[in-house]
Amino acid sequence: MIGLEIHCQLTKLESKLFCTCKANYRGFEPNTNICPVCMGMPGTLPRLNKKAVEKATMIAMALNCKTPQRLGFFRKNYFYPDLPKNFQITQLNLYGPTSIGEQGKVSIEGKEIRIRRIQIEEDPGRLIYEGVSERTAITLVDYNRAGTPLVEIVTEPDFDNPRQVRIFLNVLSDLLENLGVSDPTLEGAMRADANVSIEGGNRVEVKNIGSFHDLEKAIHFELTRQTSLKERGIEIAQETRHWDDKRKITISSRSKEEDEDYRYILEGDIPWVIMDETSLQGWKKNMPESISSKKERYVSKYRIPAQVADVLSSDKYYSDLFEQAHDESNAKEIANMITTDLMGLVDTREKREQSKLAPKHLSDLVLMMNSGKVTRSSAKNALQEIVKTGKSVSDIMSSIGLAKISDESELGKIIDDIISQESTAVQQAKENPQTINYLVGKVMQKTKGKADPTITLNLFKKKIGI
Amino acid sequence: MSLGISAIEYINGIKNGTITAEEFVAKTIEHIKKVEPKLHAFISLNDNALEQARAIDKKVKAGQNVGAFYGMPISIKDNICIKGGKTTCASRMLENYTAPYDATVVSKLNAQDAVIIGKTNLDEFAMGVATEFSAFGPSKNPWDTEYVPGGSSGGSAVSVAGLESILSLGSDTGGSVRNPASFCSIVGLKPTYGLVSRYGLVSYANSIEQIGPMGRRVEDVALLLNHIAGKDPHDPTTIDNKNQDYLSGIDSGISGKKIGIIKEMSSGSGLDSTVASVFKNSISAFEKLGAKIEEVSLDMVEYTVATYYVLTTAEAGSNLSRYDNLRYGYDLDSEGYEFKSYISKARRNFGPEVTRRMILGGFVPSAGFAGKYLLKALKVKSKLKKQIEAAFSKCDFLISPTVPVLPFKFGEKIDDPLAMYLADINTVTANLTGVPAISVPYEVKNGLPVGIQIHANLLQEKQLLQAAYALQNTTKLPEVPL
Ligand SMILES: [Zn+2]
Repeated sequence: MIGLEIHCQLTKLESKLFCTCKANYRGFEPNTNICPVCMGMPGTLPRLNKKAVEKATMIAMALNCKTPQRLGFFRKNYFYPDLPKNFQITQLNLYGPTSIGEQGKVSIEGKEIRIRRIQIEEDPGRLIYEGVSERTAITLVDYNRAGTPLVEIVTEPDFDNPRQVRIFLNVLSDLLENLGVSDPTLEGAMRADANVSIEGGNRVEVKNIGSFHDLEKAIHFELTRQTSLKERGIEIAQETRHWDDKRKITISSRSKEEDEDYRYILEGDIPWVIMDETSLQGWKKNMPESISSKKERYVSKYRIPAQVADVLSSDKYYSDLFEQAHDESNAKEIANMITTDLMGLVDTREKREQSKLAPKHLSDLVLMMNSGKVTRSSAKNALQEIVKTGKSVSDIMSSIGLAKISDESELGKIIDDIISQESTAVQQAKENPQTINYLVGKVMQKTKGKADPTITLNLFKKKIGI
Repeated sequence: MSLGISAIEYINGIKNGTITAEEFVAKTIEHIKKVEPKLHAFISLNDNALEQARAIDKKVKAGQNVGAFYGMPISIKDNICIKGGKTTCASRMLENYTAPYDATVVSKLNAQDAVIIGKTNLDEFAMGVATEFSAFGPSKNPWDTEYVPGGSSGGSAVSVAGLESILSLGSDTGGSVRNPASFCSIVGLKPTYGLVSRYGLVSYANSIEQIGPMGRRVEDVALLLNHIAGKDPHDPTTIDNKNQDYLSGIDSGISGKKIGIIKEMSSGSGLDSTVASVFKNSISAFEKLGAKIEEVSLDMVEYTVATYYVLTTAEAGSNLSRYDNLRYGYDLDSEGYEFKSYISKARRNFGPEVTRRMILGGFVPSAGFAGKYLLKALKVKSKLKKQIEAAFSKCDFLISPTVPVLPFKFGEKIDDPLAMYLADINTVTANLTGVPAISVPYEVKNGLPVGIQIHANLLQEKQLLQAAYALQNTTKLPEVPL
């Protein structure tokens, strides 16, 4: 049995959870995205970011959670250098349900994963270890991250294997991105710990896992380790283990911190937040369309094949492009262009950030294709240029000459050349007409894909008499 | 020109040109220099006070807009932050700490042209009833310097009683404004929880404490409250008071009002007989003013001191854990320490009372004991709240002696924490229930002051100040023997 605790930063928010510093702290010099409040200076008080409540509630709703009538905040007390106040403001259901969501569920490949609880909390700062040996080791603290809004999602131990975990995390990551609350591809924006146990054994918590890839490995390692202990009749201790990134194994953490008593108390500086029905309804209405609803719509309304609709809907970047570029007439072609021709050009965060492509480029290109002015393979070449330069489709057509060649005399000359160069192939084509595609391909090669394929084929057939 | 004039008299003096802010502030500073070696009300003084007073005089002369305080010297308890100045909380932990921002009350006073004359002494982190726990030495009661001035806002009370400032801001977590007000024969108000912003007040027990105005006259306290109360975006627990004017109609009287005597605070073996007789006199005064008196029983009061110490130590344990000497603090080399051993070493700079409460604060909310202590305390708190609500459905005001005992001598209670904690029995109820309460100086018996406490219902400060004003005018207090 495997359960997860996932921490997700609300990177799309403007400010931190309790002050006006930036929620997305990346790119700042150390300790410059801070203020008296997030540094916990004496006398400061937290001011709850209302947008964080709204966005976190959307996550809870998307995961089919129950929303409480009032939100409460609590202090989790422990000493650590990355915590400016030496307590973390978080949520807890100490006096009834007061965290942002509970009792949700998500279906993955027919398997239901129950969500136990969702809570809002503040991210601590970051510790940076420097120095090469034990003697030169120093720890630096960067508080830029301190106070970043985090949503913690705790699942029930409903996963059977690491594969389900991976699928769930992908679904969750797509969901968060689709809601526009977070960019899970940012380093450190989404982190997960796992609880792993096997039949008849104690629960083991695995922490400090750097990536989802390693999470899968860590769970796999833990399952294997526990099974082997069981086979040898050794009891599986209930403990916290840390993932050793270098050796790719889990190690028992003997540090006392793990058993710490957090002495939770109510955070009196943040009054109870009443979750009134009007706000909840409003937020629900403002929630972006879900991935599954998008997919369904793409299939039923535009007859886009399910597989294409799946790719398109689960990636917010693609679906946003699609939504802005398509109309009733061109939807299918736009979808195809995005999922086949464009995909390789914008498959990483960096490429997407650098891309100059706008939705209009796609609709213009499809229009050119549909009206017979450009071939599919030319369109693909044009996309490459657009992503790089952002030039308009018409500019590209004239500057690099991608307009389709359908002039019979021009094509005729090219075909004549090929016939004289490829006498063997011509002979073959005469005997077996299907091999003519090879010759048509030669024409395309010569024209860099600009030749109209239908005209070329017909002309070829005529010239060699088949 | 007397330094003992009221805030209202000061403002009138400036307005009709009989005094200038510069003269008054200069005289105040001169007086402070003379009496401080004896009284020790201040931890630090404002070096720019005279300059600020001069600038305000200039504005007055030029006929420009001038803020409501006209350069009046006001002192501030040293657990309230002033940007660029030291905020020590009377602790070695923060001996050299400079606040990077102004508390909301400080911004408000500055905007109204007050001259903040200095930062006053307190029990370390506001934990105590005598200022004996200040790391920088105690303040002395101006009525008799062998006696404690009360606490924790002892320095504020001394500065006002000793004519070193006209008004002062203290903070009240369990009586810390009212107790020293009573011991020093001045007026001290603990406002409704949320009426005054706590932004910039260094937290001790944040769910029950308030900044409170202190002065020699009830009307002065009302004036100060006018300018510090109200909603503050920096403090989400604040309440919109719709700019209520607490001063206008302060002389409306209390004829026909119902006053309840809180039985559990006004009788029993813990009540000093002198205090009891002064309290009796005040009841007669209230009757003469036309109020109807009856006795009210709040049986939860018996458990309030225990409840108060459980709740406050739990919150203090959390609030004070940020003082780990990593980001600010004092010089202590970290060489050779692990993180945990370093902070436990660094935190030895806390004084004995803070240390005692930190230890309790670690224990009370801990996993095995929260049910026995913290949750039980919360239960008492909510029961007490219900009893207070019921009492206010019958009465307009609830009264008691502010402190059941007379001011005591230095060293008398410092080694007996339980006896010391019992001095809080009459004041903690207002904090636990959030209602406002005021201490009005009523008599000075054998050279020692006794104050009367009046409670009103939530946000009923206006009525509360009217009652206090009426009571004040039935008594003539002697002048402080400086
Ligand atoms: Zn900040």
